Amino acid sequence: MESDSSYGQVILLPGRGASTRRNMDVSALRPALTDLLCARPADASATGFVLALLHAATGPILWVQDYMSRRESGHLYTPSLKALGADQAVLQVTANHPRDALWAMEEGASCASLSAVVGEIHGGPAVLDFTATKRLAMRADASGVPLYLIRSGDPGGLSAARMRWRIEALPSLPHPYDPGSPGRAQWDVDLFRARGHPPGRWVARYDPDAKRTADRLGLVSRAPDREVDAPDQSISKLTGH
Amino acid sequence: MRLISQYRNSPGIDVPVVLWRDGAHGPVAHSLNEAALARGIHIGSRVVDVQAIHPDLHVEAADTEGDNALMRRLVHWARRWCPWTAQDVDHGLVLDVTGSAHLFGGEAALLRDICQRLAMQGLTARVAMAPTRGAAQALARFGASRTICTFQDVAAALAPLPAVALRLDAQTARLLDRLGLKTIGTLANVPRIALMRRFANMAADHNPLILLDRALGHVSDPLNAPPDHRRIMARACLPEPVIDPVPHLKGLVDDLCATLTTADLGARRLRLTIYRIDGEYRTVQFATARANRDPAHLLRLFNGKLDNIDPGFGFDLLTLEATGTEPVCMMQDRLDGQRDASADVAGLLDRLTARLGRDKVTWSTWTASHKPERVEGQVSALTGSPSPSPALIRERPLRLLKPAEEIRVIYAVPEGPPSKFRWRRVAYQTVRHAGPERIAPEWWVDRPGSRLRDYYKVEVQDGRRFWLYREGLLHDGRGDAPRWFLHGLFA
Repeated sequence: MESDSSYGQVILLPGRGASTRRNMDVSALRPALTDLLCARPADASATGFVLALLHAATGPILWVQDYMSRRESGHLYTPSLKALGADQAVLQVTANHPRDALWAMEEGASCASLSAVVGEIHGGPAVLDFTATKRLAMRADASGVPLYLIRSGDPGGLSAARMRWRIEALPSLPHPYDPGSPGRAQWDVDLFRARGHPPGRWVARYDPDAKRTADRLGLVSRAPDREVDAPDQSISKLTGH
Repeated sequence: MRLISQYRNSPGIDVPVVLWRDGAHGPVAHSLNEAALARGIHIGSRVVDVQAIHPDLHVEAADTEGDNALMRRLVHWARRWCPWTAQDVDHGLVLDVTGSAHLFGGEAALLRDICQRLAMQGLTARVAMAPTRGAAQALARFGASRTICTFQDVAAALAPLPAVALRLDAQTARLLDRLGLKTIGTLANVPRIALMRRFANMAADHNPLILLDRALGHVSDPLNAPPDHRRIMARACLPEPVIDPVPHLKGLVDDLCATLTTADLGARRLRLTIYRIDGEYRTVQFATARANRDPAHLLRLFNGKLDNIDPGFGFDLLTLEATGTEPVCMMQDRLDGQRDASADVAGLLDRLTARLGRDKVTWSTWTASHKPERVEGQVSALTGSPSPSPALIRERPLRLLKPAEEIRVIYAVPEGPPSKFRWRRVAYQTVRHAGPERIAPEWWVDRPGSRLRDYYKVEVQDGRRFWLYREGLLHDGRGDAPRWFLHGLFA
């Protein structure tokens, strides 16, 4: 922010102000449809991030998987969900074809008693086009059920999602008691398209011991004190690997 | 009152047929036809012995479940003669025909009609009519066929029958036999005081004196008839054969729901049948998670189900039947005008299951097991209900590969996980690891020779966290060098 003393006017410059705003409320937003692209195959980071984003609610979660994503990235192991703060019952649906998975998600999106709908579709099939995502987003808008679409093995085509993330695993934090063990998980989350929010890139962590629910998912800006409009740094420089 | 004992029909009258069931020492004869009885074969004798004596015997397995199901259906079919019918033990039917015999031209004509109609179904019946249920079943099983006795001569009709005809258990029958009381007549003539002392502490259903009193009509013995089946069904007869069932569905569903509403019932299972003009029929079935009679909801369940029904050259009759129903009452559980949340979820379950199949829409069930792949099972959402997951003692991955995938070890380390390995044609390098956590085979479930597992949480060079295990130990005597598997993915 700069002030011009001669005219007494305050001029907001872009860049700095926007970069501080990024840290505040991105996880508190509840967009209708969120796209999560897995940057690497066989990576459960996107699943973990979705669970961390879920808000506390009583209704069950509808978890839809198509056949390929179940084969490629495995079954959901429901007892582990509690460790990420999701203790709702999970209704699991397996669809042989992505078309059926999209249909099941659409049915779930119109049922307001669910606390969330999570869909997993592998390989970017042709049926998962802009129209399909638009339908999902409109259904979710009408009912208010948050929808998360995990797309693995998918370069990420057009999508009507209100927020689009690209997620990949980062080397975990050091273990407090054992330097040779992996510690708490860290993810590199890249919000590359969002409605009503500037894009940004963060290092995300989940802390189950935080007192307030809102504090559990921590998003740390990758470059806290950088120059205005400095180019993005690469992850390897940040983490030292 | 009368009683029918029916036996299975044989393929040929002069061929001896034995149906067998499992006995304590191999198969025993369960039921015989007339030809087999004439040869002196007894029920309960061992089939191998009987076959050795009669090599031309025709032996088949008995279908007791099927017999019972047939008897349950016959109970309702027999209501053509009178409104009160019930199943009796040992393949019997009891009909209370008080006041309905004249509709069939008298008692003898009625008995003849029963025998004829059962014979038309391929069943042999022994029929008797008596004023009490006990007398009727005794006369049908041990007396002459189609006996009709009145209240005055019950005692006289029963007197020559053996005491077992009162349906005594084996121990009491043997006791009476030893006492010389071989027929019902001798039992009735013994002074009651003497017998009363001996049988004082027996249950009413086994006490020969009480059974005798019931048969003679001194004690009441009411008949408890099961309620009638109620068939809830809607049908549409079409003047011309058609190919597409969809336009007729709405009318059918509306009719069915109206019937359900008047009966205060809701449908749990539905079956749509189309009757084709070439005599074939096709059915579509589905179920609902909770009893429902909302026409719009039931109509939605048909979406996509009728695409691969084969109408052939067309069909001219459709029926929609509620094969399973449950009572449902209109209930308001909220005052704020919001919808009932659990009803919404139940409706969603119906739609998902109707389209995707029962095994595709599931809740989780839990088993107490150390093996991670055994902990979680799946149960169809229509039959099961959500249950809270067990608390985790150790850290477990978020995703589990079923089955675990084998990895190729490139660089093994004596202690700990491989430092380089290849999985799905990609090479990985282990940076950090935690473990091992040993999970021993569960001897009460696993096959003998199963190997233990040592689990490691491994972080590779790009930050992904895998759950690896080594199956077995070197020189544990349960196979070759241990193999490595990737079992799960951590968040």
